[in-house]
Amino acid sequence: MKYMDEFRDGRLARKLLREIAGLATGRVRIMEICGGHTHVIFKYGLDKVMPPAIELIHGPGCPVCVTPLERVDQAIELARLDNVMLATFADMIRVPGSRSSLQQEAARGADIRMVYSSLDALQLARAHPEREVVFFAIGFETTAPTNAMAVLLAQQQGLRNFSVFSNHVTVPPAVRAILDAPDVQLDAFIAPGHVSLVTGSDVYGFMAREYGKQVAVSGFEPLDILQSVAMILRQRRAGRAAVENQYTRAVSAAGNRKAQAVIERVMLPCDFRWRGLGIIPGSGLRLRPEFADFDAERRFALGEPPELADPKACECGQILRGAKSPWDCRVFGKGCTPENPIGSCMVSSEGACAAYYNYGRHQQRATS
Amino acid sequence: MRRPREREILLAHGSGGRAMHQLVEGLIVPQLDNPLLARLGDQAIFELGGARVAFTTDSYVVSPLFFPGGDIGALAVHGTINDLAMGGARPVALSLALILEEGFPMADLERVLASVRAAADVTGVHIVTGDTKVVGRHGADKLFINTSGVGLVADGAHIDERRVQPGDAILLSGTIGDHGMAIMSQREGFTFQAPIASDTASLWPLVEVMLAAAPGAVHAMRDPTRGGLATTLNEIAARAGLGMRLQERAVPVREAVRGACEILGIDPLYVANEGKLVAFVEAGAAQAVLAAVRGHPLGREAAIVGQAVEDPRHYVIAETDFGGTRIVDMLAGDPLPRIC
Repeated sequence: MKYMDEFRDGRLARKLLREIAGLATGRVRIMEICGGHTHVIFKYGLDKVMPPAIELIHGPGCPVCVTPLERVDQAIELARLDNVMLATFADMIRVPGSRSSLQQEAARGADIRMVYSSLDALQLARAHPEREVVFFAIGFETTAPTNAMAVLLAQQQGLRNFSVFSNHVTVPPAVRAILDAPDVQLDAFIAPGHVSLVTGSDVYGFMAREYGKQVAVSGFEPLDILQSVAMILRQRRAGRAAVENQYTRAVSAAGNRKAQAVIERVMLPCDFRWRGLGIIPGSGLRLRPEFADFDAERRFALGEPPELADPKACECGQILRGAKSPWDCRVFGKGCTPENPIGSCMVSSEGACAAYYNYGRHQQRATS
Repeated sequence: MRRPREREILLAHGSGGRAMHQLVEGLIVPQLDNPLLARLGDQAIFELGGARVAFTTDSYVVSPLFFPGGDIGALAVHGTINDLAMGGARPVALSLALILEEGFPMADLERVLASVRAAADVTGVHIVTGDTKVVGRHGADKLFINTSGVGLVADGAHIDERRVQPGDAILLSGTIGDHGMAIMSQREGFTFQAPIASDTASLWPLVEVMLAAAPGAVHAMRDPTRGGLATTLNEIAARAGLGMRLQERAVPVREAVRGACEILGIDPLYVANEGKLVAFVEAGAAQAVLAAVRGHPLGREAAIVGQAVEDPRHYVIAETDFGGTRIVDMLAGDPLPRIC
């Protein structure tokens, strides 16, 4: 396929791997923040062709995985309301809440629709004026602009039956929380590609300046990731720490200003409790008060949800912070599988557990 | 297998993936317990009046009813013919049962029936019996079809997944993912420069050629429909008690299908096909069978894509272009309901 096979060329990969092997003198722990990268690493078996000194730690960049239980429960609560049609992405339909899932609620009669975009949800609202269409929004800076745009469009079109249940989170505060955590030791970061398309690569500057970490913003093809690892290692060899942009074909230093402006116009930063990371100040995005009519939390008076603990055996929290690997979880592949997930990391293909399970369990090492 | 733990039927129970297996093997088969059913083949094969007979049934609920490359009528005939053909059986006669929703346009029904007739004629089978039911509006979605079929197993054919041996070549008759992506792009209103058409086709002519090329060397055959090639290989691995090695590069996928899959984040290995087969062929005869398949219009893009191997865990493992390996698991959830 044009413009795609070039980034999956096995011969070029072997060349890069030789360079990486030459540069990898000591142990380097690199966190790929984004779940999309985790998925690619496993799909192409990159973890197995990398020199053993390079350790890839999986970060919290899977929006399905970091949405806490109580938020899923609130979505279920909304879906159970008689006049509500709840629209969301496929993975959110399967993610377990504390007692049920949207998938089960659908089987019991709740009106739940799978959509690819908030604009599809807007279309549903237009087509079903008698229903309250609620879009269960999750995601990082990548999906926030479209969802903010959906709110603006709903306002422009005078739609009175559309609202957004916002569970948006942003990357920089989460990374800072991980860097400040005492139990996670990381040397460098592969920064997300799609998020950076919106935010620009400059937002990671603090990671290099304040924490002395090497950062490479990476694309999503296997060669992109190998090149990013090489960029990080070259920086380390030169004894410097900076943010470098491997994904120049998409990402700029300043990002997409129009998309940033749309988020800014519709949403406000707020504190958000992440699964595994706890409350991170200013890491969430909620609708501004002037858009209260389109804010499902206000419209349906949801209130502050009680904090729910993850199922006891589940290690999603530790895994999302890079403190543990899926292999360390006792229920991994036994009680918890993609068809019967206990934790959210097993649901989304971007979750570390699903990636290990789907692609890598033939190489499972003994749990410690 | 354990009974499904869900208290209600979920869409995932019809996906062709793991949830459906749990439903079929954990609830349905135990209730109806008998040795022919327990084989869980695409068809049952038994002796009847001295002949080896294949018998199968399948229901069609595809939405939309009409799609590039075919419609529900063609699908309903091809699907049942193919289930017979995968047992090495020449299709002889089919039944056709229609469940119609009140208000369904008569002209659409005529169009579907013409397509049923055309598909049956190509393979030389007749629709010899049928049934018609009408339900009230919203009692069904437009039109559902069930077809059953009987066939006669060809002389010398002995197709059984338990005959698959380590070293058997995995032969794929052509590109994968065409049907599922044709339906998806139609349903979601995607338009591509090169439109994707369903591959729906009767596979019997191809099977006839294969059996003639090397009778006895074809150990097992399946058409990878719901759940795609990945799920089919996993099923065969489990039933044969073997593992599989897949050379990812060798699996043919049309450019437009790859593009559509990229956009939707779907792996073509999990996308349904309606006119492709995967066969396990004795290593020594693999090239001869491949040549025969490629000589047929339905098999021009056929390829050997892997081998059966010893593996007590029954894993299907793909070798990536990067020298890495990964598991190719069965489909777990189903993002694509009602594709057939």
